Amino acid sequence: MRSPESMRSRRSGAGGGEALQVPARGRAGLRIRRGLWGPGGTGDRGGAGDRGGAGDRGGARVWMRLRRRPAFWIGCGLLVLLVLVAIVPGLFTGRDPAYCDLALSRRGPGDDAVFGYNLQGCDVYARTIYGARASVLVGVFATAAVVVIGGLIGTAAGYAGGRLDSVLSRLTDVFFGIPLLLGALVALVAFPSDESTPGWQTTAKVVLALGILGWTTVARIARAAAIQVRHIDYVVVAQAMGGGHLQVIRRHVLPSVLPPVLAWSTMAVGGFIAVEATLSFIGIGLQPPVISWGVEISEAQAYLRQSPHMLIVPSAALSLTVFAFMTLGETLRAALDPRTPHLNDHVK
Amino acid sequence: MGRYVLRRVLHMVPVLLGTTFAIYAMMWWLPADPLAGRCGGRVCPDSYVARMTEAYHLDDPLPVQYARYMLDLVTGDFGTTFSGAPVADELLQRFPVTLQLAGLAVVVEIVIGIIAGVLAGRRPGGFVDNLVLVSTLAVLAVPVFVLALTAQSVFGVQLGWFPVTSDGGFGSLILPAVVLGAVPLAFVARMMRATLIENLTADHVRTALAKGASERRAVLVHGVRNSLIPVATLAAADFGALVAGSVVVETVFNIDGVGGLLVRSVRDGEIGIVTTAVTLLVLLFLAVNLMADMLYPILDPRIRHA
Repeated sequence: MRSPESMRSRRSGAGGGEALQVPARGRAGLRIRRGLWGPGGTGDRGGAGDRGGAGDRGGARVWMRLRRRPAFWIGCGLLVLLVLVAIVPGLFTGRDPAYCDLALSRRGPGDDAVFGYNLQGCDVYARTIYGARASVLVGVFATAAVVVIGGLIGTAAGYAGGRLDSVLSRLTDVFFGIPLLLGALVALVAFPSDESTPGWQTTAKVVLALGILGWTTVARIARAAAIQVRHIDYVVVAQAMGGGHLQVIRRHVLPSVLPPVLAWSTMAVGGFIAVEATLSFIGIGLQPPVISWGVEISEAQAYLRQSPHMLIVPSAALSLTVFAFMTLGETLRAALDPRTPHLNDHVK
Repeated sequence: MGRYVLRRVLHMVPVLLGTTFAIYAMMWWLPADPLAGRCGGRVCPDSYVARMTEAYHLDDPLPVQYARYMLDLVTGDFGTTFSGAPVADELLQRFPVTLQLAGLAVVVEIVIGIIAGVLAGRRPGGFVDNLVLVSTLAVLAVPVFVLALTAQSVFGVQLGWFPVTSDGGFGSLILPAVVLGAVPLAFVARMMRATLIENLTADHVRTALAKGASERRAVLVHGVRNSLIPVATLAAADFGALVAGSVVVETVFNIDGVGGLLVRSVRDGEIGIVTTAVTLLVLLFLAVNLMADMLYPILDPRIRHA
């Protein structure tokens, strides 16, 4: 309990007390320390003089921390595999996922198909392999959209402060009030897709719905980080030396905003993939002809007792994917901010 | 305290209006024609369009439509479905079940989550800590519908410990509630662990130990109590995910609640029910967050003066 590490971070007691007095929800959970590189690190002192090269040294330190964690390597390995499967599914299976033979419907694992056949008599393994692409696409694009929208709004609110901050924060609260899954459900009901809709349109709708509704957490993280650095000497000096706001944000504020946002968004990719699968499971996310794990699982649900293989394989792929992103994001976040292992409200 | 409550409630009004407006606008205004697809594959006859436009005030500008809808909602008039049934009946019948399910899930989440978090945070790096960290990560990685299907087939079908589908009784809600509470439970446990570890390094805990307080007392009285605020914040913020998860869990376990109704209405294009159900669920979510805000002064007396 009294390790050197914990003694060094005694100041946290005061920090924790301060946070307790902020009753607004979300604040306490989103405290992001200015000292990104941990206690005693260069960023901790945060003076203008420290700035030169702090990023490099900090980056090396984070890399050192990451390198020692097995979870990081496990996450990376899974991620590389997943991306490979998404880009060139043909490498992993010689079968055509769209070739189905009704005579083989729900046949269990056997010699010619390792994981058996689904209801339509398609090869479960091939469909799971080819289903990775839709999931990865949705996860990555939704996260990118969320980072852009939430990052802009949050950084602007935190940097500008005052009236703009209160307007943008209220806007964030409004969107935060809509649970992501329910909001996406509503948005997708308003713009329904069916089997005649081209695949890319169906996917784009899901991405848009998630992007427009899911940005609130990024905005809060970015806002908190921007507020932390707004009044620090090097930012004030940059402004005083005549730097335009855009330039000051780009060169001096963004370097503090990006690391926590990136750590969160790595986890978020997994979260969005899970939400997409859930929407597809309910029947309003991705639709055939798009091959997706959610649709496969939804189809297999009714035959859970007789043909569990139809459910287990896509479910395992989905869970493993979410696990990879969560682990990676979690280790990244822990490496960036080693003292407080807060696990934030990821994607709702 | 009274002023504090009042301020919180006032603070919530614009959020509440904005959120419900966003939902209404998405359902009734964004789609070019909310009546499209109501008449099978064909174009709707003019008489039908005229009647529906009249009934749902689709000619009015959006803010007027919304104001009328909210006023009706407040006075208890939930409107009718496209097929003519009162929305209120459909919803009131099902809300009790969903509330029971959500309430039970919150109990599971809070009780087990806090206990697991405290056990893990007491000895960081110990066996229990690693067990909690790994198992919560595993739970977080498995999407809730996969979790629900797995629990159903293992505990319901193979072991036969729980009913496979719901008969509306309380006993049949236990397994669904555990599944529903599992994901927020993992968050609560991890948050509790993290905050407790941080708090146990605080001066007052060290002082308490130095004055001879038992470790048990130092952890429970001085550590845990101070860690409850971020946990309450997280649990409230995550309640939205729990409500959304109930949609999935109710579908899987065939529970006749709001979530199941919502999914069916989505499939049938009954946007009247979808709008009202989602609006009510969002109101519930905001109310829970308000309640968490109310809880802060009880958990930490210093906040009363803030």
